[in-house]
Amino acid sequence: MIRVVLPAHLRTLARIDGEVKLDVEGEVTQRSVVDALEARYPMLLGTIRDPASKQRRPLVRFFACEDDLSHEQPDAPLPDAVAQGSEPLLVVGAMAGG
Amino acid sequence: MMSGVRVLVGTRKGAFVLTSDAKREQWEVAGPHFGGWEIYHVAGSPVDPNRLYASQSTGWFGQLIQRSDDGGKSWEPVGNQFEYDGVPGTHQWYDGTPHPWEFARVWHLEPSLTDPDTVYAGVEDAALFRSVDAGQSWQELPGLRGHDSGSSWAPGAGGMCLHSIVLDPHDPGRMYVAISAAGVFRTDDAGKTWRAANRGLQSEGIPEQEAEAGHCVHHIAMHPSRPDVLFMQKHWDVMRSDDAGQSWHEVSGNLPSDFGFPIEVHPHEPDTIYVVPIKSDSEHYPPDGKLRVYRSRTGGNEWEALTEGLPQQDCYVNVLRDAMAVDSLEDCGVYFGTTGGAVYGSPDAGDTWAPIVRDLPAVLSVQVQTLP
Repeated sequence: MIRVVLPAHLRTLARIDGEVKLDVEGEVTQRSVVDALEARYPMLLGTIRDPASKQRRPLVRFFACEDDLSHEQPDAPLPDAVAQGSEPLLVVGAMAGG
Repeated sequence: MMSGVRVLVGTRKGAFVLTSDAKREQWEVAGPHFGGWEIYHVAGSPVDPNRLYASQSTGWFGQLIQRSDDGGKSWEPVGNQFEYDGVPGTHQWYDGTPHPWEFARVWHLEPSLTDPDTVYAGVEDAALFRSVDAGQSWQELPGLRGHDSGSSWAPGAGGMCLHSIVLDPHDPGRMYVAISAAGVFRTDDAGKTWRAANRGLQSEGIPEQEAEAGHCVHHIAMHPSRPDVLFMQKHWDVMRSDDAGQSWHEVSGNLPSDFGFPIEVHPHEPDTIYVVPIKSDSEHYPPDGKLRVYRSRTGGNEWEALTEGLPQQDCYVNVLRDAMAVDSLEDCGVYFGTTGGAVYGSPDAGDTWAPIVRDLPAVLSVQVQTLP
């Protein structure tokens, strides 16, 4: 079971309280986790990554285990602690005012 | 007897719904809906006032479209994929180089006059999309960008946005759109083909002042009873067309400044129009610190200042292009929102004004529904 923490605006949009718990088929990567997330919550389509290019949106970041994984390849394996569910993948709105 | 009005307000940090009975003295303010998100526009269907569409976006999480089927009490996110048709090609960038068309946001939503499930969306980079399934999916009408001038369109300071969509109530095939900074385009075949409708416009900021395209049109308006007459607030100049956009002439007359953003037509008097003069293209606030709506009862040229109830000193807000609207009650109501977060209303066609609410986030858009 993969744990994902979404930023407040996306929790509101998807009507989620707290963490999301997802079953992910195959290797646990940014792409497979976001695929599973979007499949469960279609209203999140386009909010984390561009719907056509599947590129991470510029002001969205992926953190886990106190590391910034945003610039890792989308198909790179996430840390074992995320894959095993002991640590969550954090989807974060970048620090940018407005 | 009409029961009242609902004012739909889009702001920099959420949407608000203001409601009143037909007296328009007491107002209920609901919101923020979508707090923290930019709401460029909220619009209601003319055939089903409970059907609303809202354009919601942020730099973080992109574009969403929300739909309400109960007059704004509850909302559902619907389709947010705006993919340009085919290979998008390029338009001109600020520096004159070719730049790929890139979707940024939806500026304006225009529900169909006849079908609550059909709605048009004007987007940045400039293109026109349509949904026929209540916002679930969107298809571009690519003939507009395919206009011969398309590759030469360049953004205005606010981005290259399609911000105005005017539907002809007498001819379902005809509509007008306006793009900053390309100008007005008209279709007579429901969006398949388009012609530029900018003859008579003169813009000092472009090399060929009377070019077919390249004009920074800020907003256009039509009275439904007289669809061949159009009014325009341009970057500079207030303009009028009497031949369905084939030619334009200036009607700025005695305005203190002919720069501005919104322009609206009285619902019952096709020659009564409203603008909000702004000092200049670089000074986006009213001349002399006085917030004045100007009304012409002669279709332009002769204008009177409407000031009663509006701040007449130290006022330096702007009124954006989609932030003014009229209701259709017998005594026409006029409404506008400011970048200072106030929404003003007049229940008497502009003679007197009062703030409905003073301290919202910067107002991006104001639409009004006259409720049955």
